[in-house]
Parts: sequence; structure tokens; C-alpha cells
Amino acid sequence: MKEADKAQNPEVIFVSGPVVKASRAHLLSMNEMVEVGAERLVGEVIGLEDDTATLQVYEDTTGLKPGTRVIGQGMPLFAELGPGLISHIFDGIQRPLTELKEQWGDFIQRGKTGTALSRERVWQFTPTAREGDKAVPGQVIGTIQETDAIVHKVMIPPGIAGTIGKIAGPGGYSLEEEIAVIKTSGGPRSIRLFHRWPVRQPRPYVRRLMPSEPLLTGQRVIDTFFPLAKGGTAAIPGGFGTGKTVTQHQLSKWADADVIIYIGCGERGNEMTGVLTDFPQLLDPRTQRPLIERTVLIANTSDMPVAAREASIYTGITIAEYFRDQGYDVALMADSTSRWAEALREISGRLEEMPAEEGFPAYLASRLAAFYERAGQVKALSGEKGSVSLIGAVSPPGGDFSEPVTMHTKRFVQCFWALDKELASARYFPAINYLQSYSAYTEAVAAWWTERTGPEWEKLREEAVQILQEDSKLQNIVKLLGEEALPDDQRRILEGARLIKNDFLQQSAYDPVDTYCMPLKQFYLLKVIIYFIRRLKDVVDSRIPLFRAMELPVVEQIHRAKYTVSGEDIAPFEQMLKDMDQQVDQLLSRNQEANHGV
Amino acid sequence: MAFETTETAAKGVAGTGNTSSAHLEFVGLSKISGPLVVIEGIRDVGFGERVEIVASDSDVRQGRVLAISEKAAVLEVFHGTSGLDQADTRVRFMGRPFEMVVSKEEVLGRIFSGLGAPLDGGPAPFRGEARNVNGFAINPVARAYPEDFIQTGISTIDGMNTLVRGQKLPIFSGSGLPHNDLAIQIVRQARLLTEESSFAVIFAAMGVRHDEAEAFRLSFEESGVLNNVAMFLNLADDPTVERLVAPRVALTVAEYLAFEEGMHVLVILTDMTNYCEALREVATSKGEVPSRKGYPGYLYSDLASIYERAGRIHGRKGSVTQIPILTMPDDDITHPIPDLTGYITEGQIVLDRMLYQKNIYPPVNVLPSLSRLMSDGIGEGKTRDDHRNISSQLYAAYANAKQVERLASIIGEEDLSVTDKKYFQFAREFEKRFVNQAKDEDRGILETLDLGWELVMMLPSQELVRVTPEQVEKYGKASHTCNQE
Ligand SMILES: Nc1ncnc2c1ncn2[C@@H]1O[C@H](COP(=O)(O)OP(=O)(O)OP(=O)(O)O)[C@@H](O)[C@H]1O
Ligand SMILES: [Mg+2]
Repeated sequence: MKEADKAQNPEVIFVSGPVVKASRAHLLSMNEMVEVGAERLVGEVIGLEDDTATLQVYEDTTGLKPGTRVIGQGMPLFAELGPGLISHIFDGIQRPLTELKEQWGDFIQRGKTGTALSRERVWQFTPTAREGDKAVPGQVIGTIQETDAIVHKVMIPPGIAGTIGKIAGPGGYSLEEEIAVIKTSGGPRSIRLFHRWPVRQPRPYVRRLMPSEPLLTGQRVIDTFFPLAKGGTAAIPGGFGTGKTVTQHQLSKWADADVIIYIGCGERGNEMTGVLTDFPQLLDPRTQRPLIERTVLIANTSDMPVAAREASIYTGITIAEYFRDQGYDVALMADSTSRWAEALREISGRLEEMPAEEGFPAYLASRLAAFYERAGQVKALSGEKGSVSLIGAVSPPGGDFSEPVTMHTKRFVQCFWALDKELASARYFPAINYLQSYSAYTEAVAAWWTERTGPEWEKLREEAVQILQEDSKLQNIVKLLGEEALPDDQRRILEGARLIKNDFLQQSAYDPVDTYCMPLKQFYLLKVIIYFIRRLKDVVDSRIPLFRAMELPVVEQIHRAKYTVSGEDIAPFEQMLKDMDQQVDQLLSRNQEANHGV
Repeated sequence: MAFETTETAAKGVAGTGNTSSAHLEFVGLSKISGPLVVIEGIRDVGFGERVEIVASDSDVRQGRVLAISEKAAVLEVFHGTSGLDQADTRVRFMGRPFEMVVSKEEVLGRIFSGLGAPLDGGPAPFRGEARNVNGFAINPVARAYPEDFIQTGISTIDGMNTLVRGQKLPIFSGSGLPHNDLAIQIVRQARLLTEESSFAVIFAAMGVRHDEAEAFRLSFEESGVLNNVAMFLNLADDPTVERLVAPRVALTVAEYLAFEEGMHVLVILTDMTNYCEALREVATSKGEVPSRKGYPGYLYSDLASIYERAGRIHGRKGSVTQIPILTMPDDDITHPIPDLTGYITEGQIVLDRMLYQKNIYPPVNVLPSLSRLMSDGIGEGKTRDDHRNISSQLYAAYANAKQVERLASIIGEEDLSVTDKKYFQFAREFEKRFVNQAKDEDRGILETLDLGWELVMMLPSQELVRVTPEQVEKYGKASHTCNQE
């Protein structure tokens, strides 16, 4: 009996790191999840040939021997979707890290653990549908207050339709309990508070909508100059230490999304710890609830198994889509997509596939495209509008943007926030290079800004961009001849650009006030600066030395505004505009008097 | 304790703590290629397990299983394969991964080989628990965020690239630059402002010269810390493949001392460039598809499995702080070794040949240097409330001053504007007085910050955009007047 039993299972025939080959491949199917050996190491079928299956194993394979049993799980790698995701931290294949710590201690061990979502926890369920209602996939049939910030909507999983035969009354239920029965053409289907979804397969929706609303981040250089839209895509490329992670942390903290999915993909353990320490303490400016109450964390740190790094991106985006389907605006951070691409490369190398550029497999571009394609604002099956915005960090070797991952990513994203080593080394943050960066959403979100700040927004923004561009041309001359060599009307541009750079674009993540800047404050700060630059023209035209204008008290006020004016308080800016006019006028008239005096 | 080594000790008859007996033994190799051998007709062997390869002259070498199939295993031999013959070589499979036995009494004050075998004539540790040298990833949930300021007494580090307990902060150097002196000075001077506690230093050498290792040993001896030091030496003439194990053995000991014994452990790993070259050598013999500059595509993950073994853990007293040293080939910071290191570590201290040639010690170029954990380790209650701002101001000023220097080299110093002249002057003073310090000069953090203020006050007040007027009043003016007195 035992022998026969054994003969029915595939067995390990080869091990090299995360790549394992197994016999009797006819018993397995492509992308099927498997468990290997007594420790039940989790893996996935990534190739089938001549009755040999190639597996990628998501855990350390040390000690694994040929002859070990492999058991197919009958379904592809999936994520568990249901209440219990928010404010939790999972590894790349959705093992719950907090429970892992309780079970095994401070170091991560391998092998099968409990489930991603707690089976014991009881949730207060409130039905919103009734017996006899028509049931369609994605339809919301009840709600659960998952955290104070998030109402979890219990949906009929995709693929199930009919009428509601039975639905549970209000009360406490655990995950495995049946809360509804749907009568379908194929017989009754039981619905529980959670379902499974294969991570590599995008979740269905009714149709895509055009992104038009900005995803506000409170970061001036992003919101005002290179805005992201809800449902949009952005890449943050930059060499080490240029600010990718800090930018993504800032976005996770302050972006006006309902749910944040933060994926630490092959990066530092301490960065995840930082989020875990800070987020329970920081308050979401919109809900005044701790940020952790809207956040899901996926951690596959650089010392965790490389194959799970590849999966972590898909686990994350599947969870993002799930909340999108509930009608939420979700923002997903992936730090760093380069580590994901390298995981692909490593696996591909061990499979001895033909490499394309720099050892990356030829399918790198299509995988990247498919990932960013899962972003978007959609009409969900539930009828609600929801969105997934994707923000991917890219870590180019040597900081050189001409490498494959950056190049391909650039083709698939609409926002490109290029980080600059020079700026970072001068501790000029965010080190987003304003000449290399771009956003395709500027026009789409202009209407939103105009509606809230008035018709001037576009004009001010354009003027600022123009000054920065002129400045960069002039800087080439300055580098050779020095600033002194330029006439005052050109030095006005330099001074103006300096104001924009230092007092508007530069923004410290660590300053308690400046870390987050309301849209209205962004607008007024820019307005004051641009108005002042315009007034500088009067000064120059009157042949008054520029430095006299730069010594006016209002300049000091502009320097300090970002640190001192908080919230939506616009009175100080109105005052600055008045003071500015008065001070400049005074300068002009004194000068005139002096000239007349002569 | 000197590391005069005997032949047998160096080869390590059995690696320290790896005294468990073989579960299988086979004779004959089917292939020998570089540091790798292939053995066929084996069974019941696990991936990654430790092996002992016994040459026909009974010389025992350590190795491990790199890949395994039903019929054959590929083995990596840490002492190299020269002298092995195909027919008579025996391979013992040990049934366990590479392990190191650790107990506090048996490792501190000792010298070991890169594989953990004693080089000081003492016995191999046997009392403690045998630990897998590859370690295990720390669960991010268990990590405690590093935030305790370590004063190194070096202005460029304390003032502008602060080191904290549990950080991994490498020194990016170039050949011939004084990175060893700097590391020695850090070890000697490093202390916490808040408390005195039990500490240990773990020193792992990979392919360094005998005299370099000796300089470290002497300095430990002179500063009287030798009994708190464990050294793991793989010197320039030791087998290259052993370099792959040395840092892992060292970190296994460090983790034990930190997380079981509650000690604050400072780990010096030098030279990581030699480590990476050994890794490349093995990858090449395996016929792997190389990525940049011939280094394997998994260099990032491999380095991370070393560097991530730093940190603190909730509910445990100790910490592991890493200062890896690497020499940048051709002083090129974009070379894969410094590049991938920088992508993993929490900052870097970059040494600069130009500063070195100007006779500045330590020749730290602050601009490309960084400490990512600085912001949590400084400020009121830790160092001083103005720390962040004055540091940022020094960065802004020095970055600008460097551009002015470039301009001056084109148009001449005399033709600079008044402001630019001040920047020009600032750059010189900054390098001469802030960056430069004696090898035994231990500057307190307050002295460093005041010095920073004194320097930025050389600039016109409207240039000081990163500090507040209140701070200028409180710290700037004070430093200025006291300077003039
Ligand atoms: N917006 C910001 N405000 C203040 N400081 C910043 C900001 N962005 C970055 N920094 C500084 O730069 C350092 C490096 O930033 P970060 O860790 O985000 O780099 P990274 O691009 O993610 O690097 P790596 O690729 O190595 O992970 C931070 O530790 C911080 O000191
Ligand atoms: Mg980062």
C-alpha cells in the first residue's frame, strides 16, 4: 500500500537552490502550487517537459534530497482575500509574519504554517442583500467594519451568479462559516467571508475608466509638477540612496487613497520595521485614524528566499485589486521592481533559458507590461468605481537609466519621477530631477485644480516650469563664467529659480510641518513665489540692483512659509502678497526719488 | 595570542564545530573543474549539506553541495581542488549544513580561520550549540528599529553621517587609501553617549594581507579590548573559496553574542571586494550566465544574505552593527560591488583619493556618503536639536562650494563674486578643519556641531537657508564670537 502510494506522487530528482525538478510531471499542471517533502515547502510548477516538472520553491531548499515527495495542490498560487488583510504584514506568498513570529520566534523558519487569514477571529457581519435577490459576481452582500478606517465589503466571488438562496443575519462569524448560499445553474454554492484568487490572474471588472482625479500625495514636486492620477502608474528610478524608499513611504503616509499596499520586494528588513513602527502612530490626515488601519504590508526582504520575491508583487497586486473591487482607491508601492526583475533573472538563469539583455529573460518586458496593466480606474463588478494606482521603484545598476528594467518600465508608465544623484548628495530632497521627470496626467488633473484653486493654477505652473528651464540653460553659462557675468534680467531668472527650488520644490520628509503639504498651500506658496518673480522684473527694469530686492523682509517670509504655515490656512499667504507689493513699491519709489534727487 | 599558524591548524582537520561524523562516504570523482567537483552514483544526499573531501594523501578539505540530482552531486571545495585526483579522492557527506559551535567563553579573545578552525593553538569550541552559518532571516516583525547614536569621535561621521547601533554602514575605499586606519579609529573610539554596556568586536578578514590583519590585532591589543575580540582570518594566501564562508562564520558568532548573550557587537568585514571576486570565480567555474562585469546575477541577494545580518531585535538586549570595508575597483562607485552594496546597506562612508592627496585624514567625501538611519539617531535628547539642520546646511554649502571650485578653476579665483569667494574659502576650511582630524583625535558630538556652525557662519546670512534664524542666533552667533575671541 505504502509503495503504491508513493509511486503515485511526483518526486524530487534535482535541486539547485530554488529550482527543483520533479518526476511524473503528468500528475502536475502548469503553475500549479505544490508542497515539497515533510516540511511542506511551498512551490509552484513553472515548466513541464518530457514528464519532468520544473518547480520554483519559495523557501530555502537546504537539505532537500532527490526522492522527496512532491504533492500537487490542484490549484495555482493564490491569495486569500477577506477580512484580516488590513494592518497585517505577510511575506511574498502571504504567510502571516506576526503569527510566524509567535509560532517560531524572531527568525523566519521554512515550511508550511497556518493560513494567511485568521480562522479564529470573529467578524461582525451586516448583510446588505436579502434572500431571493439576484446574485451577480462581485456583488456586495454584506459589510464588516474591518478597522475604524475601512469597511470591508463582502462580495460574491467572480464566477458565481444566480439568486441568493440564503443569507446570514447580522452577527459574528468566523472566516470558514457559511454566510450565504447562491442558487446557481450548476447547483447551490456556499459563500464564506473569504475566497481564494490565483495571484497571476488579474481580477475581472466591468470596464476601465479614464483617470481624471489626482492622487494627492502632499508632495509639492509631485502634485504640482508631475501629478499622479488615481488609477495611474508611476516609476521612481534612482541610484542607491537617492530617495526611492523615502518617497514611497511619504506616499504611503499621505496619499489620499483609501487603502495602501506596501510591498518591500527584496529590500531592507529595517525599512519594513520602520513602517511597522511609524504607521500605528501616524494619523491619516483625512480620517484621523492611525495609518496602519488602511495599510497592508507585504515583506520579502533581501535576505528572504528569492523565488518568493518574484511572487510578492503578484500577491500584493491581487490584494490591491480586491479592495478596488470593493470601490476603494488603492495605491500600491513596489520597492523595488528591479529586485523582482532580478529574481526573474535568477530563476531564468537556473533554468538555463536563453538570456536577452544583461542576462534578463526575453519575457522581462512583457511581464513588466502585464504588471503595470493591472493598474487603472475601473467600474468594478459591484458597480462601484475603484482604482489601483501603481508606484514602482526602480533601482538601476550604477544609477544608469539606460539599463533594461528602467528602459522597459518607462514604456509602460505614465509618470516618471527621475531621482538625481547630484541633488541627493547636496541633500536636496526630494531629489526628483525636474527636467528629466514627466507626467502624462497633468492635463487630466488640471480641471480638478482649476475647480479648487481658480483659473490661475495652470498659468502659474507653466510659468514656474519655464523659469526652471531657462535657469538650466543659464546654469551652463554660469558654470563657465560665473553668475556675475550675467545681466540683471537673466540673474532674475536665476534668483527666481532658486526660490522655486529651495522654497517650493525642496521638501523635507522629516520636518513635522513640511512633510505633508495641502493642495491649497501648494497653490498659494507657488503663487507668492511666482508673483514675487514677476515683481522682480519691475525691480530690474528700474535698474535697481537685484540684491536689494532679495533683501526685502518678504523673501525671508517666503523661505520660512513651508515650515510655518500649516493646514489650509491661507491668510499668511494673502498677507505676504500684500507685504510684497508694499515692499517692492517702496523700493521702486525710493529709487525714483533718489534718481530725481540727483 | 598571535596568529602564527601551523599547517594542520590552517587546513582545519575538521572545521570548528563541524565534528559530527559523516553519514555517507563515496570514493572517486567524475569531474574536477576549478573549485568544483562532480561525484556520481550517490544517494541520500541533501542540497547544501557540508562535505569533507579527503585527498589521496589524507589531506581533508571542506566543501558543500551546490546542486544535486538523482545520480550526481556538484560540490564546491573551499580549499580548492589542486592536488585532488579523480580515482582515489573520498567524499564524506556530513548530513548537515555548515555549522559553527559557539559559546561566549570559547570564542572571545581567539583567532580562527575563515572556516572557524582555531589558529591560535587553542581548542576548537565544543561547548555551545552548533549553528548553521547561513543563519536565518530576522522576521521584520521582530526587528527593533535602530536609533541609538554611536559616537565615533569622527566629525564627518558623527556630524553628517551618523552611525547608530544595529546599522550596517560600509566604508567604500580605494586601494591604498587609509580605510584600515579609519576602521581602527572607529573601533577604538566608538561609544554610546547614553550607557556603558558589554560589547564585542568581530573581525573577519577575507583575502587581506598578513600585515593588515596584524595591524588590526595590534590596535585591539593596544586599546586593551583584545579579550572582547574574535578574529576570523582568511588571508591573501589562503584559499579563495574559503572567503565565501568566512563572513558567515563571523556573523554567526556575532548574532550569538548579540542576541543570546546580550552584547553590542561591532563587526568589521574586510575586504568585501575579495569576497565578491571569490564568488565570481565559483560562478564562472559553474558556467553560469554572468551579469555585469562577470559577476553572477545573484550577487545582490548573496551580499544581502550577509549585510542583512545586522540589527536589533525586540526584547533582546544586544545588537549587531556592521562596518564592511570594500575597495572600489578603479575608485569607481558604479562598479557592481560598491553599487550593490550601497543598494543593501544603510548608507556608506566614501573615501576620496583627491582628499587623500591633499593630505586630509580621514579622506571622507561627505557628498556621496550617507547614513540612512541618521535621522532617527539624532536631535534633541539624542545629540542636539540643531543637528539635522546644521548637517543639511553643511551639505548644501559644501556641494555649492565644490561647484564654485570648479568655476574658479576656469575663470580664476580672483574673478569670483563676493559670495562665491566666501564659498571657495568655506570649502578649504571645511576640508582642513572639519574633515581633517588626527588619527587619535576623539571629537565629541557637540564639538563637531559647533565646528560646523563656525564654518557655515563664514557664509553670508542669506545663504543659510537650511537652518532657522533662531538656530543661527543660538548656535551660530555663539560659535562665531567664541571663535573671534
Ligand atoms: N524627501 C526626503 N526628505 C528628507 N530626506 C530624504 C528624502 N528623501 C530621501 N532622503 C534621505 O535620503 C536617504 C536615502 O533615501 P532612500 O532610502 O529613500 O533611498 P533609496 O533610493 O530607496 O535607496 P536604495 O535604492 O538603496 O534603497 C534617506 O535616508 C534620507 O536621509
Ligand atoms: Mg530604498
